This record gives sequence, structure tokens and C-alpha cells, in this order.
Amino acid sequence: MSVVIEARDVEFSFGQTPALRGASLAVDAGEIVAVMGPSGSGKSTLLHCLAGILVPDSGEILFDGAKVHAMAETERSSLRRDRFGFVFQFGQLVPELTAAENVALPMLLSGVRRTEALRRAYTWFERLGLDGMQQRRSGELSGGQAQRVALARGLVAEPQVLFADEPTGALDSLTGEQVMDLLVGAAREQGTTVILVTHEARIAAYADREVMVRDGRVNAPDRIAS
Amino acid sequence: MSVPLTLLGLLEREPSHGYDLKRDYDAFFGRGKPLPFGQVYSTLSRLARDGKVVISDVAPGSGPDRKRYIITDVGATEVEQWLTQPVDPEPHLQTVLFAKVVLALMLDRPAAEYLDTQRSAHLHRMRELTEIKRAGSLVDALLADHGLYHLEADLRWIEMTGARLDALRKEVRR
Repeated sequence: MSVVIEARDVEFSFGQTPALRGASLAVDAGEIVAVMGPSGSGKSTLLHCLAGILVPDSGEILFDGAKVHAMAETERSSLRRDRFGFVFQFGQLVPELTAAENVALPMLLSGVRRTEALRRAYTWFERLGLDGMQQRRSGELSGGQAQRVALARGLVAEPQVLFADEPTGALDSLTGEQVMDLLVGAAREQGTTVILVTHEARIAAYADREVMVRDGRVNAPDRIAS
Repeated sequence: MSVPLTLLGLLEREPSHGYDLKRDYDAFFGRGKPLPFGQVYSTLSRLARDGKVVISDVAPGSGPDRKRYIITDVGATEVEQWLTQPVDPEPHLQTVLFAKVVLALMLDRPAAEYLDTQRSAHLHRMRELTEIKRAGSLVDALLADHGLYHLEADLRWIEMTGARLDALRKEVRR
């Protein structure tokens, strides 16, 4: 396995408040890593730095060998659109679009033709147990259904890395675990690396390993042999 | 797991031979730890002695498996009582982990590191159980969930304890 994405000694402050104080993390291609830690520990900030949403004050972010921290915003934006996928706590679907259009959105933004984008989007509905929901808008979906649509949107363009920030945080236990089961199954099938931020141990247990973020630093325990 | 009560429960479903009881016990409750035949028959003998089961239609031939066991009213009442009574909610106040943390603080050892190691071990086991849940049947998933929720409770305790180590150190080193 080779490292696909890495944070090296990253520091980041919100104004005068430090959020990351020398955080380092290397993730292999195809690996599913849970980033855990108490509220305010810096785990979401680390995810945002890795994803090129935030630029570190110092330190490096490397993706496939490229220096993300040194890229211009337009370049980082292309990276996020074409190589990364995202799932957030609240699906954040576009309410004016149908579920199918929401799933197709990353491809439409990347210039894929509408008919092709929708065709590929439709294939995800059966896969995620959402058949018949294609024309519904987000207001007509349950929380679990909306999150599965968000998951399809995050994975449809076959990103190299999926960033999932508390993807089950707004769901009940059973629905949350169903979403995780689908997320892990789909990611493994297409070899997508997943960086999963969660404070729930049962959700982190779906990952290959966990790292703890505390006071802006990453504590990656030695891997326990299986 | 109470073997006598579980066997009685299986017998309430339908009269069975010892072999069938063992097979069902192993399938639903054994989980990699099959019940020895000897224990099945010794348990059934005790249940018969205590009037909780009776033996019917012993088939011709030799061997204990020829006996068919039927639950009695006494046995059925015991199963009913067992099922309706809650399991003791044990507070586990004197767990090994608790003792280790307090001793580590008393001895000025790195309690936080011990908790981190324990967290990793817990999460490792939780990953194994999650894999069993994902790959197995609904019965497997239910059992794995039971383990997962207990481990999760331990982890919450580990987090809370980790956050209070400084205060705890002062208290135990007075």
C-alpha cells in the first residue's frame, strides 16, 4: 500500500485560537481511517485541511505527491470536485433538485453530459436501496434516505478519497449503521480511500484503524496485529 | 449463559432428543464454543431428577440419544420466571481497568497511556465484531451488537476517566 494523502506537521488557527498544533497523518490508498477525538479537538479542522478546504498556517498537505497547501484556490477547487468526494452530517442536498439530480451534481459540475450523469446516478439508487426515490426532493426523503443520497453523491464520480464528517451524526443507531455498511461496502468495491471523522466508537469500528486527535495533535496508536 | 435454563427454553419449543438440543444450542448460543455432549446429558439428567423434564418414548437400542425429553409444568414455570426477570444490572465498579487506573495514579505511572492502549484494544475488538456483523446472519449481528454496546460503554468510561485524570490523581494521592 502507498500513501495517497498526508498531513505533515500541520498548524492551523482560527484567529488567535489554535485548532491544529503540528498534526501529522498518513493514509494509504484504499484505507478507511476513523479520525476520533472529543469536541473541539481539531478533528474536523484536520479533515478540512486534508481536503483542501482550509489552507494550513504551516506544515504540508500532500495528495498523490502534489502539494495541496501550495495550490491556488482554483486548483484546490478542481481537486475537490474531480478527485475527492464529501459526505457531511446533514446531507446538505440541494433542495431544488431531485434526488437523482443531486447525485449527478458532481459529474455535471465536472462537465459530464446530463444524460450520462443521470444514467450513472440512477445506478446508485438500486445499489443503496433507494429505488423509486429518484424523482423525490430532499424534503420528501427521510433522514436515512437523504443521507444515502448524499453518500451516492459523494461516491458517484469514483473519487480517490471520500471525506466523511460525522456522516451518521444526525441518524438513529440502526439507520446510521446501515449507512456505514453501505459506505464501507461501496468504498471497498471501488477502492476509495475514506477519511471518516466521528466521535462514535461504533461508527469508527467500521474503519480499518482509528487515530485520536487531542489538542490539535494526532495520536495514531500502533496497529494491533489481527 | 445458563445452560439448564436455555435447554429448558429449547424444550418448551418442542420435545427433543439430546442430540437435537445440542445442535440447536450450538447454532444459536454456542458461537464457537459448542456444548459438550456430556454436559448436555448430565444437565438433562438433573432437570429430570428435579421434575423439570420427563423422558418419553425411549426408542429401542442403546445410547442416551434414544431418549426424548419433554418439559413439565414446573420446567415451563421456571423458564417463564427466568425470561421475565431482568438480568442484574451489574455496576462493575471494581473492574480490572478501574483498579489499574487508580493504581497507576497512586504509583505515578502513565495512566493516560494505559487508557490509550485500552482504547485501542477495545476498538480493535469492536472492528472484529463489526466485521462479524457485516458478514454474518441476523443472529450473529444481534450477538455482535450486544458486545459492541458493552465495549462502547467501557470506551465512554475510558473517555470520561481520561478527562478527569488530573482531578483523580489529586484525590488518590492525598
